[in-house]
Amino acid sequence: MNIQISNASNDPIYMQIKNQIKSAIISGSMAAGEQLPSIRYLAKELRVSVITTKRAYDELEAEGFINSVQGRGSYVSLQNKEFIREEQLRKVEASLLEAIKGAELAGLSMEDLKEILDTLEGVEDDA
Amino acid sequence: MMHNAIEIRNLTKNYKGFSLGPLDFTIPKGCMVGYIGENGAGKSTTLKAILGLIHADSGEIKIFGKSMNEHEPELMNKIGVVFDAINLPTDMKVQEVGTFCKLAFTTWEENTFGDYLKRFSLPNDKKVKALSRGMKMKLSLSIALSHQAELLILDEATSGLDPVVRDEILDILLDFLQDENHTVLISSHILSDLEKAADYIAFLHHGKLLFMEEKDLLVERYALCSLDDETIGHLDPEAIVGRRKHAFGQDLLVIRNLMPKSIKLTNASIEDIMVYIIKGVESESVAL
Repeated sequence: MNIQISNASNDPIYMQIKNQIKSAIISGSMAAGEQLPSIRYLAKELRVSVITTKRAYDELEAEGFINSVQGRGSYVSLQNKEFIREEQLRKVEASLLEAIKGAELAGLSMEDLKEILDTLEGVEDDA
Repeated sequence: MMHNAIEIRNLTKNYKGFSLGPLDFTIPKGCMVGYIGENGAGKSTTLKAILGLIHADSGEIKIFGKSMNEHEPELMNKIGVVFDAINLPTDMKVQEVGTFCKLAFTTWEENTFGDYLKRFSLPNDKKVKALSRGMKMKLSLSIALSHQAELLILDEATSGLDPVVRDEILDILLDFLQDENHTVLISSHILSDLEKAADYIAFLHHGKLLFMEEKDLLVERYALCSLDDETIGHLDPEAIVGRRKHAFGQDLLVIRNLMPKSIKLTNASIEDIMVYIIKGVESESVAL
């Protein structure tokens, strides 16, 4: 993970740290379950106050991006609920949209489509 | 479980022409505190009172919840002290210092001390008096870190040292702070060292504590700007903490969130904040 601090920025340092960790998580360069550096180690390496790194982690935790376990450290959330769910929903919608287009081309009605969906669900349950 | 490294209540000390206090502050464990103020503000007097080197006129000081009078031997093991002058026989050679310190501290760790001497490249066969200021300081720090101290107190220790050595010292302090039970109290009138890594800034002025605040909050609250007199006339007077008037306008230290969005602000360093606030206090127009 890379973190760059700019003293010229109008964003407070804790926010710069928070935003960069957030993008690392969203881009997938930090995977779910991966351990983050300790707040003291991060503060030492970046030469910022422990209060600064603690605040960044506290806010990341409040937003559901990381989990902190007392005495064991902080980890990227396993179910990064909102974000990952939204991402998955988008994929499903895209596939369904594709299916609707295909159905229109084949002259199938929405009823036919739903029937196919039910049948497929039954196939999956059996499997 | 004791959460505070140092608690000071109602501490006063009067000298001819100078009084310290009444002083109240608490330093939580696990943090670095920058104790700042001008020369003569009373920083060293405070630190000497904490260490029991001078007797306060009134007040109470507790270190790890205990008073120095009753628990001196135990507490002296737990406190690493680095002053601007080294407290060793000047004819002693560096290699003899360890033997000397073994007598002073029951928790002395000869191996740790040896490692620091190597890390700092301190010459074993040189006498203390032949060491440069930087080397004396590194020797003091090596001693302070070799008897299982949990609290490090540095008094003007890095002033007068070159930036490369100060940088090395900062790394050592940050290493020390990796243990969350460790605490650093460092007094200085030169702020560049502390500024980046300190958690709290305690600001002493003429023997009184003006504030003790999280450094991040200070940096967030204050900002600098340069404006012409007319624009300044339209500002909320509460927004202006300190000013420097010059022939072509004014430089201001302002409270960030009381300023109109249209005015360009730059970040203030702790040093800027200190200088402007002192000037403001002296002209009695300060809005803290």
